[in-house]
Amino acid sequence: MNINATLIGQAIWFALFIWITMKYVWPPLQKAMADRQTQIAEGLAAAERGKNEQELAAKRSAEALREAKEKSSELVAQAEKRAQQIVEEAKGAAKVEADKVVAGAKAEIEQEVERAKQQLRERVAELAVAGAEKILRKEINASVHADMLGALKQDL
Amino acid sequence: MSAEGGTTGYIQHHLTNLAVCADSAKVDGVCTGFWTFHFDTLLVSGVLGLVVFGLMAMLASRATSGVPSGGQNFVEMVVGLVDQQVRDTFHGKSALVTPLAITIFVWVFVMNAMDLVPVDFLPIVAQKVSGNEHLPFKFVPTTDPNLTFAMSISVFFIMLWMNIKVKGVGGFLHEVFSAPFGAKLAPVNFIFRVVEDIAKPISLALRLFGNMYAGEMVFILIALLGLYQLPLALPWELFHILIITLQAFVFMMLTIVYMSMAAESH
Repeated sequence: MNINATLIGQAIWFALFIWITMKYVWPPLQKAMADRQTQIAEGLAAAERGKNEQELAAKRSAEALREAKEKSSELVAQAEKRAQQIVEEAKGAAKVEADKVVAGAKAEIEQEVERAKQQLRERVAELAVAGAEKILRKEINASVHADMLGALKQDL
Repeated sequence: MSAEGGTTGYIQHHLTNLAVCADSAKVDGVCTGFWTFHFDTLLVSGVLGLVVFGLMAMLASRATSGVPSGGQNFVEMVVGLVDQQVRDTFHGKSALVTPLAITIFVWVFVMNAMDLVPVDFLPIVAQKVSGNEHLPFKFVPTTDPNLTFAMSISVFFIMLWMNIKVKGVGGFLHEVFSAPFGAKLAPVNFIFRVVEDIAKPISLALRLFGNMYAGEMVFILIALLGLYQLPLALPWELFHILIITLQAFVFMMLTIVYMSMAAESH
């Protein structure tokens, strides 16, 4: 074991290799590793964000679906109500119309009855007159009514 | 196995560095004295470092923050492991600590991993290339204390620099003289601190050197067993995968701890 000038040579080699590592090996590697770490962290964060957004979107879509269902059921209810209303209205209108028709018919019938009655009345008078005429023609003869006629004559 | 000199010769040959020096510094044709360079250590550690850090720099320059390629992924895994240790231990802010830890872990690991190459393979290649049959070639750089001390002393100076950068010269000196027993026992504090700080690079360097040297020694001894080395070399290699990783990790971890101690005031 003899120490000699090799020591100096080895120290120079050592310094040279430290310098190479310090200048050309470590900085680019450190940068690459740090950059990669940042990229990975960013990627993970982005994935997390994406997951959150997806959850949010799912929530939103569920909400929208629920709303749409509510709205549609409301619409259906409204439509049913409206239909019922229309049916009600139609029923009412029909009834009114029917009443009107019935009333008209009744009035006409009454008129007709009245007219018939009128006609009958007229006919009754005629008949009565005719009857009376016939009766009168039959009853009137001079012998029977001679007294009455005689009295008349006297009055004159 | 070149067996001249017998078993001892073989072992010694494998534990000898390829030393080069100026002719004037040679004594009997052998390099002695301080101005000697271990050519094998410098070459193997340098080539390994250039290849592995060049590769990492290339992959890093093409790094994207998107889906990483296989190579980028592997580098990121290693670098991320080191960075995690730094984050867990070092709470200051420094652009140096993580690259330093990465350099130590990767470089020590690949140098230790040379231990897994069969003990005679590279020496024989070196002997053939050089044409010298007796050329020693110790190809595991971390079994050379020069390398481990170079690293640990560098770490020691970075530690001092970190101390002064974070606390300022005054703050650092105050800490040296007043911790742990208070200002009244300043000389004791100072001695404690010197022992503590000197022990750090020594323990760092000797731990790595000792472990790798011992491991290499066992490989050499196994290689001496002739045919019996086959059932022994494999388990030892498998076991050694654990040791080389562990030693690289320990060196890195202790460096981070020392840096964090330097960056925190007591």
